[in-house]
Amino acid sequence: MLAGSPGGRVLPVDGIHDLGGMQGFGAVGHSPAEPAFQHRWEAVTRAMMLVVAGAVAASGGEFRHSIERMEPGHYLTSSYYEHWLTAAATLAVENGLVSVAELEQRAGGRFPLSGPVLAPRIVDAGADVGKPRFEAGDRVLVREWHPPGHTRCPRYVRGKPGVVVRVDGIHSVPDVEAHSAARRFEPTYSVRFDAADLWRDGQRGVAVHVDLWDSYLE
Amino acid sequence: MSEESHHPAAVSPIERRVAALEAMLTERGLVPGGFIDEITRRYESEIGPMNGAKVVARAWADPAYKKRLLTDGTAAVAELGFGGAEGDHMVVVANTAAIHNVIVCTLCSCYPWPVLGLPPAWYKDPPYRARMVREPRTVLAEMGCELPGDTEIRVWDSSAEVRYLVLPERPSGTEGMTEAELAALVTRDSMIGVARL
Repeated sequence: MLAGSPGGRVLPVDGIHDLGGMQGFGAVGHSPAEPAFQHRWEAVTRAMMLVVAGAVAASGGEFRHSIERMEPGHYLTSSYYEHWLTAAATLAVENGLVSVAELEQRAGGRFPLSGPVLAPRIVDAGADVGKPRFEAGDRVLVREWHPPGHTRCPRYVRGKPGVVVRVDGIHSVPDVEAHSAARRFEPTYSVRFDAADLWRDGQRGVAVHVDLWDSYLE
Repeated sequence: MSEESHHPAAVSPIERRVAALEAMLTERGLVPGGFIDEITRRYESEIGPMNGAKVVARAWADPAYKKRLLTDGTAAVAELGFGGAEGDHMVVVANTAAIHNVIVCTLCSCYPWPVLGLPPAWYKDPPYRARMVREPRTVLAEMGCELPGDTEIRVWDSSAEVRYLVLPERPSGTEGMTEAELAALVTRDSMIGVARL
């Protein structure tokens, strides 16, 4: 995600959705069981997301990024189905299926949408990585970088050392598919991080595993 | 929502926004007839934690199946007829007396739909996603899952294509139970890893 600065320069800012390790949240609002949909509008939203994603042929990366582009305050204070609604409407507007004016007129009020895509379109997806560079047991280091667009590398592991515990086959790189019609395929690895390497206050006897594409690793 | 149109004051802003998008996409011929009811029916009666419970019960009852489940989760889950979206790459992680596994998705809401259904609201909300990777021992205790200090906690953040399922330990005193009886003991929370049985 990107935010404007007073000088008009655009600065890269990591997305609000990247919550791992963020402090200041309270207790988990746990309930042992709940209906699949608490309100009918949630089921309708789920259906509309599928309809829009199908109609505009959105990749998984594009869909997720349309949520990640939400205004941060809105993201943190709305339910997950409101995220989906916002994303569905945003993709529908961006692809010319509906207009904001008509949405707001019909809704009888404001219809907040996600912000624009600010990362450049990717023209050259780069070469596929067909063969895993690492195997289980290998020590790896996650790249320390802050891309302006979509990524599935959580901020809390960037720059951190870990150990590969599993190699999971070859998959489309989300960072590419969110910003391009082209695709790049790479192996993904499950990487084990010791909590003491992730956090100054890491708890004893805790390992966190994160699944990472090849290009996320040094 | 037609009956609610007589009482516009009772319709919340989010419902009005959903209705607006639904109406516009329907007018454009993009919403197949019965689509919403079909989605509701599927997730209310076909896809849910009762599926995962059958997988767990089979693994408890059949050591050969358990071995296959831990080696190739996707194929073993498919043996019981479960699979599809958000379950194409399943990895099953087994709890033991010394190891406790728990799943999370810090970036969004990734969850193994075919075996657990749709994720609960708390799984998708910020507190769980922010805290489970940083202070899992504390969060688990707050949720009623108090673990001995020497239990190793393995957190699995579903950040790529794999979806995880926790295989809880078989409770003692369940010898001689049928698979159906065993399945009835398995809770959704035990397969997420926020509870032990």
